[in-house]
Amino acid sequence: MEFKTIKETSDSIKNKKISIKELNKIFINRIKKNTNLNSYIYFDEDNIFNQISNHKNQDNILNGIPLAIKDLFCTKFMPTTAASKILKNFKPPYESFVTQKLLDQGAIFLGKTNCDEFAMGSANTTSFFGNVINPLSSKDIPLVPGGSSGGSAAAVAANLCLGATGTDTGGSIRQPASFCGIVGVKPTYGLCSRWGIVAFASSLDQAGIFANNVEDSAILLQSIAGYDKQDSTSANIKIPNYLSAINSNLSGKVVGIPEEYNIKGIPDEISVVWENAIQKLEKGGVKIKKISLPHTKYALPAYYIIAPAEASSNLARYDGVKFGFRADNNASLDEMYEMTRREGFGKEVKRRILIGTYVLSAGYYDAYYLKAQKVRKLIANDFVNAYKECDFILTPTAPSAAFPIGEKEDDPIKMYLNDIFTVPASLAGIPGISIPFGKSKEGLPLGIQILSKHFDEQIIFDVASYLEND
Amino acid sequence: MKIDKNTTLKIAKLSRIKIEDSEVDELSSQLSAIVDWVEQLNEVDTSKVEPLSNVSMSKLPLRKDIENLEDNSQKILLNAPDKLENYFAVPKVVE
Repeated sequence: MEFKTIKETSDSIKNKKISIKELNKIFINRIKKNTNLNSYIYFDEDNIFNQISNHKNQDNILNGIPLAIKDLFCTKFMPTTAASKILKNFKPPYESFVTQKLLDQGAIFLGKTNCDEFAMGSANTTSFFGNVINPLSSKDIPLVPGGSSGGSAAAVAANLCLGATGTDTGGSIRQPASFCGIVGVKPTYGLCSRWGIVAFASSLDQAGIFANNVEDSAILLQSIAGYDKQDSTSANIKIPNYLSAINSNLSGKVVGIPEEYNIKGIPDEISVVWENAIQKLEKGGVKIKKISLPHTKYALPAYYIIAPAEASSNLARYDGVKFGFRADNNASLDEMYEMTRREGFGKEVKRRILIGTYVLSAGYYDAYYLKAQKVRKLIANDFVNAYKECDFILTPTAPSAAFPIGEKEDDPIKMYLNDIFTVPASLAGIPGISIPFGKSKEGLPLGIQILSKHFDEQIIFDVASYLEND
Repeated sequence: MKIDKNTTLKIAKLSRIKIEDSEVDELSSQLSAIVDWVEQLNEVDTSKVEPLSNVSMSKLPLRKDIENLEDNSQKILLNAPDKLENYFAVPKVVE
């Protein structure tokens, strides 16, 4: 057996066709054979066998299922680095809410996956632990897996786990899912607790998941969603059983197609995939409705004020006192702070801290930060207005297929444009999924993005399930 | 340039990140390019718009004020680069 999906594998465990130990050994061997992808930051066989020998069977679909955890989630029995030198020695004294939920349901953690440093990046090229290589690369040209959750996406795509957690602040789950040809879900802000996730931009950060198909993605989202009193933005709502409720009969539903997402300079192959998906929906009885999200153009610049501002504040805690790393030059307190942060943070993280500090500094706060928050309101209102006319929205996930490692590194703004289709939904706090739908001229996967209203994850799974099946 | 050399040094100081003189010019031009780009927002009339700081749909809950005794200090101090008894230790501040 191939062991590619959670659902099938779970049946094999239940029917005693394979033991949890044997199953996880298969994945351990796959990881060992694919270390060139650099998808895991932390991987230790003994740790996995320890989990298995202490494992208590749970009556749950995740019982014994090997998963990978983005190295942004605090884990008690594995180090947590956020792919940063400044956290390279950090051992969390507690477990994140999301990973604890997975453990309680019987999952096995194969390790911690690589990502952009503090989740800041769109190509997984800012990690202190090196680039991740997209498993779909040709031998000659290594491609990026997307970012920031690039290691999780690559590990799922290369079948080095049966599913993985990610975090999405501006597209960090959806874009790598698109680049690696898998399913990635960013739920509504507040659906999953942020407790124990290394903070980047708190008003945008959301936990989510990667899987090989839509059913598995519904299973995984269900298993990490839920109220947590330790996160004051956590929503106290009943979580539906997404999997059993999936209804791929979309007849009578209305899809919104935002005209502003027809952006000049986007390759034809992206428009073709989008058009094909629209036609497929039409065949399924979905009514096509052109909609307008007039402030789309301003989403990226607003995001690149708000996210760095929040990051500069969140990352102030890394001062050489509490999190393991301290620079050797520390004759005075100020020197210790300045040298620890100089040596501990990478280039992109420092750039964002500096921008964030600038836009929050005296005399500039109103002109930049407050202005961006007002534009954010307009962007959120755009979606509220759009959903008066449609049930869900369909867009491309990313403006290109996976590109070669090293490309777009010369100019930060070029890199930022990767998130042009994903950032607006993040600013509005609404949920989104990316599923593979079609190929580029080079044969690389292209994703399509489905967005819906706050807490209407179900329709996302319904539509994704319909588009996934031929 | 929006962000000149002195501004870069000033925000680096505010951020407590040491920047070498040799890096200031390149960094200033990168930061200026980003600030120029985000200034597109000035095209948008926001005179009648309230800022959106929280997209959470839930109301901020009040919790009961109950004392909760939990001593994690030993576990937390395991991450200290330097400690003294039950405290984090830092370089001397007062002579």
